[in-house]
Amino acid sequence: MPWLILATGPILAFLLAPLLAALVMSLAPTETLTLAPASLSLRWYAEFFTNPRWIQATINSLIVGGGATLVATLLGTAAAIGLHFGRFPARGLLLSILTLPVVTPFIVTGAALFFAFSAVGLSGSLVGLVLGHSVIASPFVVVTVLAALQGQDANLLRAAASLGASPLLALRRVVLPLIAPGVAAGAVFAFATSLDEFIISLFLAGPGQFTLPRQMYATVREYTTPTILAAATLLVALSILFVLATEALRRRAA
Amino acid sequence: MPRGLAAALLAPLLLLLGLGFLAPLLALLATAVRDPELAATLPGTRAELVAWDGQGLPGEGAFAALARESTAALADRRLGPLTARLNFSEPGLRAALLRVARAGGRLSAPFADSVPALDQRWADPATWQALAAARGPLTSLYLLRALDLTPGAAGIEAVPADLALFRELFARTLWVSLLVTLACILLAYPLAALIAGLRPPWSGIVTAMVLVPFWSSVLVRSTAWFALLAREGPVNEALLAAGLIAEPLQMLGTRAAVLVATIHVLLPVAVLPLLAVMLRLDPRLPRAAASLGAGPWLRFWRIWLPLTLPGVAAGGALVFLLAIGFYITPALLGGERDQLIAWFIAQFLNRDVNWGMAAALSVWLLALAGAVLALAGLLAGDAWRARR
Repeated sequence: MPWLILATGPILAFLLAPLLAALVMSLAPTETLTLAPASLSLRWYAEFFTNPRWIQATINSLIVGGGATLVATLLGTAAAIGLHFGRFPARGLLLSILTLPVVTPFIVTGAALFFAFSAVGLSGSLVGLVLGHSVIASPFVVVTVLAALQGQDANLLRAAASLGASPLLALRRVVLPLIAPGVAAGAVFAFATSLDEFIISLFLAGPGQFTLPRQMYATVREYTTPTILAAATLLVALSILFVLATEALRRRAA
Repeated sequence: MPRGLAAALLAPLLLLLGLGFLAPLLALLATAVRDPELAATLPGTRAELVAWDGQGLPGEGAFAALARESTAALADRRLGPLTARLNFSEPGLRAALLRVARAGGRLSAPFADSVPALDQRWADPATWQALAAARGPLTSLYLLRALDLTPGAAGIEAVPADLALFRELFARTLWVSLLVTLACILLAYPLAALIAGLRPPWSGIVTAMVLVPFWSSVLVRSTAWFALLAREGPVNEALLAAGLIAEPLQMLGTRAAVLVATIHVLLPVAVLPLLAVMLRLDPRLPRAAASLGAGPWLRFWRIWLPLTLPGVAAGGALVFLLAIGFYITPALLGGERDQLIAWFIAQFLNRDVNWGMAAALSVWLLALAGAVLALAGLLAGDAWRARR
């Protein structure tokens, strides 16, 4: 084991160093990108929270992420339950179709949505973005909820039925409470996917509809200020929250 | 549960994916082979060319229709898509067509004389053949051009060397993806083995160190690299301070920057499937091998590696699949010569407004992704069978 720790130390450092470097650089008092700032300041965080462009991008990301999470979680959970209990002969095929957006390169999905949404007037609208993000986020919900369903006792539904519960009542009172942690984990996954998504936003977002990744991309190429790194650090902090949340949900489910 | 209820639960997502994903995808595939511009803009000319036998010059009817319809289309500002389409397959055809369209009503019959008098190219059967080649409704032009081929008079030909671009692009995309995949597997394997061997709470802590980058946005991590490698950035600063270099290195816009950052972005993706397989590995097997006298290398070679091969296949396939479609990291950190297929798709879509080419590149990229998936399925399947 000691040699394995020695070998993996540099790999872990490689994984984490850029994130830590972004944190340090975001705390610099001046515009210089440096790992040894003379003093620490929250100036760039203040800039992030007061600059209208960043505020708008944050709001857009929250709207799109929230909308996509809602759609993907509702539809994905329902589909996973249907797929699990339906005993369809083409179950494997159905699951492949439901998870197709994950294995399709995002650039291809983005191009396809750009064509289609331009034709029906959905490009340059937040509705189009929400739909696009729902499509790529829903497979994560389906897979997570399916895993949660497979961990449950198959007899529970039958027991509920024998006590006179209709299938819908049994779903609401027996199945849903049991798989709630899985559904929540799927929702976190969906939100993180939407927050990370860039290419669909690149094609579909009109002016004033930039999401956070889109705004970062636009700014980093013009002029790299530590504000971008402040934004990056805030997003990393958010992903630490995601990790903690999914871990807590996993424990509750176990 | 009644199957009707199950189907009703399944239906909304299938509807969303059908309308919001599958239908757009099929439309994209159709765009790669459709050739609608000539029929939409010069329908009468097209009809004449469909009737034409392709030998010599077409008859007076084709010349007359060309003069009449191109003039009308220009006046209504409908000529743009067609000239773009024609100039793509036959450079110079735009200018020849615009000359006729701009002459307006000044041309007089017989048009078979007045049109060539305006522009000599219309006396060349090759010009008419190029126009007739755009008659549609289907074309192989875009799919072939995406492979540096072109439908010529004598079958499929290679495009002139100065237009050739895409085979090198595909080779570059595959090569970069392959390097990234190999590096990710080589780095992820020991990392996953470490986590699998650690006890709580250490296993959880190291897992979190992998998961936090995994959950962080691709753009966040690419941006961090962008700042690190900038000309006035900390890496240059440190190297200058250490006296290792005399002046700042140009690291942005290089292939190395793209590779390092892409490996960094995709490394966690490789760790997770490997970890899943390693956690399922029965720890008694290596111990049994050790008790029978197998050394560490033999244990690794004969036990660990074969049993973890499905994880290698799954992790490798995932990384490769993501790498061949990568956009942000090369766009941010690479130069013109480091861009992959995705960048060209975006360019054709946004800058050149050549939807046929964007669609054709998407088709080939999709085919590539399908091939990778099939190969990974075979490899993983073999590995599973070997295990039994």
